[in-house]
This record gives sequence, structure tokens and C-alpha cells, in this order.
Amino acid sequence: MDIRKVKKLIELLESSDIAEIEIKEGEESVRISRGAISMPAPIAYNAPAAHAAAPAPSASAPAAAPAAEGNVIKSPMVGTFYRSPSPSSPAYAEVGKHVKAGDVVCIVEAMKMMNQIEADQAGVIEAFLVEDGEPVEFDQPLIRIG
Amino acid sequence: MLEKVLIANRGEIALRVLRSCKELGIKTVAVHSTADRDLMHVRLSDESVCIGPPSPTDSYLNIPAIISAMEVTDADAVHPGYGFLSENADFAEQVENSGFTFIGPTAETIRLMGDKVSAIEVMRAAGVPTVPGSNGPIDDNNERTLSLAKEIGYPIIIKATAGGGGRGMRVVHNEAALLKAIFVTQTEAKSFFGNGVVYLEKFLENPRHVEIQVIGDGKGNALYLGDRDCSLQRRHQKVLEEAPAPGIPDKVRAKVAQTCIQACKNMNYRGAGTLEFLYEDEAFYFIEMNTRVQVEHPVTEMITGVDIVKEQLLIAGGAPLSYEQEDIHFRGHAFECRINAEDPVTFMPSPGKIKMFHAPGGNGVRVDSHLYSGYSVPPHYDSLIAKLICHANTREAALKRTQIALDEMLIDGIRCNIPLHQDLVRDAEFHKGCVNIHYLEKKLGS
Repeated sequence: MDIRKVKKLIELLESSDIAEIEIKEGEESVRISRGAISMPAPIAYNAPAAHAAAPAPSASAPAAAPAAEGNVIKSPMVGTFYRSPSPSSPAYAEVGKHVKAGDVVCIVEAMKMMNQIEADQAGVIEAFLVEDGEPVEFDQPLIRIG
Repeated sequence: MLEKVLIANRGEIALRVLRSCKELGIKTVAVHSTADRDLMHVRLSDESVCIGPPSPTDSYLNIPAIISAMEVTDADAVHPGYGFLSENADFAEQVENSGFTFIGPTAETIRLMGDKVSAIEVMRAAGVPTVPGSNGPIDDNNERTLSLAKEIGYPIIIKATAGGGGRGMRVVHNEAALLKAIFVTQTEAKSFFGNGVVYLEKFLENPRHVEIQVIGDGKGNALYLGDRDCSLQRRHQKVLEEAPAPGIPDKVRAKVAQTCIQACKNMNYRGAGTLEFLYEDEAFYFIEMNTRVQVEHPVTEMITGVDIVKEQLLIAGGAPLSYEQEDIHFRGHAFECRINAEDPVTFMPSPGKIKMFHAPGGNGVRVDSHLYSGYSVPPHYDSLIAKLICHANTREAALKRTQIALDEMLIDGIRCNIPLHQDLVRDAEFHKGCVNIHYLEKKLGS
């Protein structure tokens, strides 16, 4: 079932009073409940310059933190950022958690594959720089570890 | 009509596509590497997504990253430009399998034309004239190979079916050298292209490169948009192109045009395409077809008034062709100079910061370029930084216009090949027209 169909179903759910939808298509089925992760509307990552004058620094993504100190984990790919492996599971980590190198701290989902992102150094999670379910681009700062 | 197009390319062609999208009210997504954040089209697009580090393999050739970017931005379609993934059938297939539209032909057509042997078969079936050759791959039956070669007549060129654009080729002048040369070419082809199949063609000693622009709607209708002469080449890279190709008898031109349309109809060809020919002694010989928009498409746009990129977008959105063949008229003559960030004498690449860029203008002068003052040309990609296209009512007038425009053009901060073009547009032989594909290299003494 392709992602665009799922998105349309979510839109349907949101615009109605229905609490839950389950659709079966042959072998595949999908269930969408109100309160679960919703697909975010497409976000402009960089505000376009209205006039192509001297290069201006591009605006950062909406939820980005100011200049990062400490170690910042950046996204290795384009995809969607998730805090937990599935909507019903707990998040991999919260702010304040001590992590070792190799601990999984979040997921970036791309083309229906969940890619686990690991901390490259030990430390304490200081902040999540993107929201759960937000699209991310290559090299986008995700988590700050102090 | 498409609603949102992701532009999977960079530089001048990405800007070209963005402009046409805007004209049609289509939203744009610019994907770019970390080195390309400051590209003109990235700054003008509605959305942008960084897809990887500078290396093309990890960015502009990164199929998962591009498809993922289409998913997160909810784009309808992808325009691949030229180069990169534009003729990658696997990419086209994956795009379509993921529920998106690939702006171009079907994966099947791309594969068919990408294999030079099958492309030639398709063309022959439509009556398109081809180079006398083996008409199929060479096998390990040496007797057969030698006798085929004798029939064709030396000199012979050995070509890799998976090659193209000047790569995977070797010329042989006599029978004694043939079998060994075939073996070497096969080995190279296997290693570069993953496919060691080769075929033979008669080697034409002094041909011109003349190509024909077509557009198809994917439903059996096709348009002929005239030809271009791209004979000024250095190491198989085109330097200066013109439309129409000079000195071709009308009857010869009309006949080959009709066969090209037939080939497109037979294939239900969808999108823009170019059939490349060698032209010698008033005869056309098909060598390969490029299933994408080409760098030099603007010269055809100038003489026909047809916006080729717009047509690509409309066709991909399901619209019929905007013209009937009788609506197409050829007016005047156009030249295109490919301006590269390279030393005009040594051809060494010259990336770096452009302190000042000033484009020429005036009647019949067009500049397709992503440059702006202060922009830094990165070292990771090909060196094309601008295309200067000039159009006028006659070839003579268009050449004069090009001279004047080149003299006005300013690119300060890096070295570029404007001086080479200034030389070429004043060259006596080029003025006469009809120079062949060896002319430029002979002139440069390389």
C-alpha cells in the first residue's frame, strides 16, 4: 500500500468524526486511530530568498535549536524522524538520559524502512532539535548530546 | 497538470526546469548536496531538501535519497534534467513503482534506447538510416566476425552496446588488428558498464554530428522540431552548437525527419528525445538516441518558438502535445556557446568564487545560467556554468550577434572558455559552415 494512500486516509480521518479506520487491500491492511502520529504537512526547510541578491544565510527548520554546543547528531539521510520504533512503543530516549556510544537514540524512516540512528559518543541527551514525525534532510541536526 | 515537481539536478538545467514549473503554476522542490546550498534555483524554489554530501554518488545519483525526498515533500513527479539519473531506467522504474511520475519516457523505452544494439534495431524497423554494421552483437565465432567486418569494409569502429557518448569505442584500420581490439573493448566494457557486449560499425572518417529533436505524447503522436549541428567537439564534448544544421538539402532533411517521427510513433515515445546522427555526403546515419532533454535544447527553442521543458511538464501531466506538425515553423538561425569554468587554453577546471558576473542582453540574446556575483563554483561537478544562445534571421547575423554578446559577457574571478568561443565565432572555416567533428581538435592541435 503506498504512502500516498495512507496519507489520504489520515486526511479523511482528521476531517471527520471517525475515531479509527481500518482498510484491507488483499494481504495488506492498515489501521489508523485518532491520536496516533500524523503525517506532517510539507515544510519549507529553507526560506527562499525573495530577491536573488547577495547570498543570505537560509532560515533554519522551525524546531531547530540555536547554535549547538556539545555533540550534535545529524541525520545521515532524507526521511521522517521518530522518537520511538512504533506509535505504541516508548521513546528510545528522553532528555537527561545517559547514552553510550552505539545506543539507538531515534529513527529516521525512509522509503518504508526504519533506520536506527545511534549515538556516536557517550553523553547526556540535552535536547531534541526536531519534533516527532517531522521530515528531515541530510545533515539536519537531530539531537544534542552534552 | 502536475502539482509539485521535484528537480533532481543542479546548476543551469535545474534553474531552467524551475522557471518552466513556475510558468505553469507548478510547485517546486529543489534537492541539493551540501555543496549546493547556494545554488540559484535552490534559493528560488518553494521547498528544498538537502539529500547528501558533495559527492554525486551520495547525492544527485542517490536514488533512495531522492525518492525519500519525494515522499517527505509529497511531490507528484520528478524532473531528472540531463546527466545524473536522467537515463537511468532503474530510477525511472523505482519512481513509478513508488507511485510518482517520472518526467520522461517509460523505463522500458529508456532501456530499449540505452542498449545501442536494440536501439539500432528499432530505428531500422522504422526506416531510419543507420550506419552499415554488424546489425547485432558480435559473438565468439571469429570466422563470422571477420567476414562481417570484410563486408562492412575498413576502417571499422567497435562499440560497446552499453556505452555511448564517445565511451567504450575503438577504431580498427585493418583485419590483422580486429580480433584483439574486439577483445580489449569487450573487457573494458564489462568493467566500465557491467556489460561486455560489442557491435561493429563502419567508421566514417569525416562526418558531421547532426541531431534531430523530437517530442512524443506517449500515445503514438510525435512532433519533429528540426535538427542541430553539434560538430564542434573536443574529446566527445560539444562546445558550440547551432540550429538548424547548415547545408542539408531539403529532400534529405524531410526524408529522415519522417522516419524519426515513425520511430517515435512505433515506440509510443513519451517526452522529449534526440536522435543523434553522423552526416556525411548528404546522408544521415543513426548512431544513438538520448531519451532526455539535452544541454543544447535552447537553439531549437529559438528557431521553433516551442518551449521544450514546458512540453515535458505538460506531457507528464497527461496533456496532449501543444502543437500539430503543421504549426511548427523554423525561423532564423541560433547558436549556443557552452561556457565552462575552465582554462581556455589548457582546459584545466577552474572552480572558485565569481567576483562579478555580467550577462549580455539585447534582441535575440539569451543566457541560461545559474551564476550570480558572489556565487562559488564548486569543484565536484561538471564545469558548465552558462549557455549563451543567440538567434537572428540568418546564420551570418546570428554569428555576428554571438560575437557581440560574447564580448559583452563578463565572468570575473575564475577562468572560463569565453576566449575560446570568441575565437571560434570568428573562425573562417566555421563561418563557411559544415565543419566536421574533427575540426575543433585539429584547430586546437590536440
